[in-house]
Amino acid sequence: MTALVIAEHDNASLKGSTLHTITAAAQCGGEVHVLVAGHQADAAVQAAAKIAGVSKVLVADGAQFADGLAENVAAQVLALAANYSHILAPATAYGKNILPRVAAKLDVAQISEITKVVSADTFERPFYAGNAIATVQSADAVKVITVRGTAFDSAAEGGSATVENVTAVADSGKSSFVSRELATSARPELTAAKIVVSGGRGLGSEESFKILEPLADKLGAAMGASRAAVDAGYVPNDWQVGQTGKIVAPELYIAVGISGAIQHLAGMKDSKTIVAINKDPEAPIFAVADYGIVGDLFEIVPQLVTELG
Amino acid sequence: MKVLVPVKRVVDFNVKVRVKSDQSGVDIANVKMSMNPFDEIAVEEATRLKEAGKVTEIIAVSCGILQSQETLRTAMAIGADRAVLVETDVELQPLAVAKLLKAVADKEQPQLIILGKQAIDDDANQTGQMLAALLDWPQATYASKVEIDGDKVKVTREVDGGLEVVSLTLPAIVTTDLRLNEPRYVTLPNIMKAKKKTLENFKPADLGVDVTPRLKTLKVVEPAKRSAGIIVPDVKTLVEKLRNEAKVI
Repeated sequence: MTALVIAEHDNASLKGSTLHTITAAAQCGGEVHVLVAGHQADAAVQAAAKIAGVSKVLVADGAQFADGLAENVAAQVLALAANYSHILAPATAYGKNILPRVAAKLDVAQISEITKVVSADTFERPFYAGNAIATVQSADAVKVITVRGTAFDSAAEGGSATVENVTAVADSGKSSFVSRELATSARPELTAAKIVVSGGRGLGSEESFKILEPLADKLGAAMGASRAAVDAGYVPNDWQVGQTGKIVAPELYIAVGISGAIQHLAGMKDSKTIVAINKDPEAPIFAVADYGIVGDLFEIVPQLVTELG
Repeated sequence: MKVLVPVKRVVDFNVKVRVKSDQSGVDIANVKMSMNPFDEIAVEEATRLKEAGKVTEIIAVSCGILQSQETLRTAMAIGADRAVLVETDVELQPLAVAKLLKAVADKEQPQLIILGKQAIDDDANQTGQMLAALLDWPQATYASKVEIDGDKVKVTREVDGGLEVVSLTLPAIVTTDLRLNEPRYVTLPNIMKAKKKTLENFKPADLGVDVTPRLKTLKVVEPAKRSAGIIVPDVKTLVEKLRNEAKVI
């Protein structure tokens, strides 16, 4: 029994999501191999080889992998699939894009966004926006799985895996990368942050959303948002926390002006401590908050910044 | 160009479902059902492409129980020209749906298939990618913008950290994200017109597809409940609690 983890990386470094996925892979039993399909991704390969629990890093190098196109990466995974009992990828935009292609070609079901490995063939996963947890068993020869990062610890450093080059598959020729526009931020990444400060429709405008910045800076927190705030154009799309956005589980989640719709709660209710600041005492967010303050966020947030000193 | 739009009948997004006491599943008896929100966005996008003169015909497809016809009628009231139902009482998992959709695509020969990125009931986020693999077509998931240009489609995708643009050679698969468009409200005259549009009915066996579920659900439970929190009177108390009680700052 050997598990293959598809590394998410930007050629220069491994994404944190890969480390969580390796932990889940190790829990499936057996060896863990990591595939780095990229272009001149030596730094990412070296980082993967140093992770404890990884016995082999497979490297597929080629310009066709530089931008992580699903067609090419999935084809590369399929070329190696025969050797593995489990194939795992992070449940991020990257992993979710690639892995179902692999599963369909292998004629196996994919198990999406697992939160627990019960045994080598049985897994837990939330569905219905996190309102129910299913335990599912797969009878397929190969288990193809995406992993919810927040449910698994990050694999530590301290390994020394062998690095092996594999024959790269040819470019599919059917898709090409055009451009990328990434938001630059000095703040920690949303899904990896220990503290998240999130704003909702209650902020009222793009301008007033800035009231959260001093608070986030003071706490070293990432900033998130509800769908309402994203749709209203206050903040970029990739800040969205929820069923269809990012799933976060920080130590501290501060929800400001967020009512707490089912879809939003699905993205943050596994946070260790939840604080809600809302003027409506009936807002559903108070049902999941450990600490709530009822009042005007435009008064409370600045006070909070002052109080934190 | 012909476009295929798969749509799914799901529990309405505003309903908070309950887990059955025997842990066999989620209780969806007598619960309001609607078209999966991402699929509405897919139908809307196909309709806009038709209105822009890029598309000639839109076929809505649904797989599932007979009542999925209502979902198809809604799709036709938004703008689909005709509909296909693959009717079965069997619990359909994404791989089975992808195979059924492949069979329909083989018959209809569309140039573009637009699906929702995920259904809000199983939250799987698989069907579009699986269909692309089975057809050997390229895919652009999580689309927030779709532009057809000759034999290519240029798609802006929502990815972690921002946006990415890819170009696919048609035929291709696109899955929709929330920001792609704002679906229109269906009007009464269009609902009436939709009743006259063609709705074909197939069974999985007609299409030669085995839809037996692959994953076995052993049990379904409610997520762990959070213990009730407290309302604090002021900011000072909040900071004190966070520091000394929760110890998170």
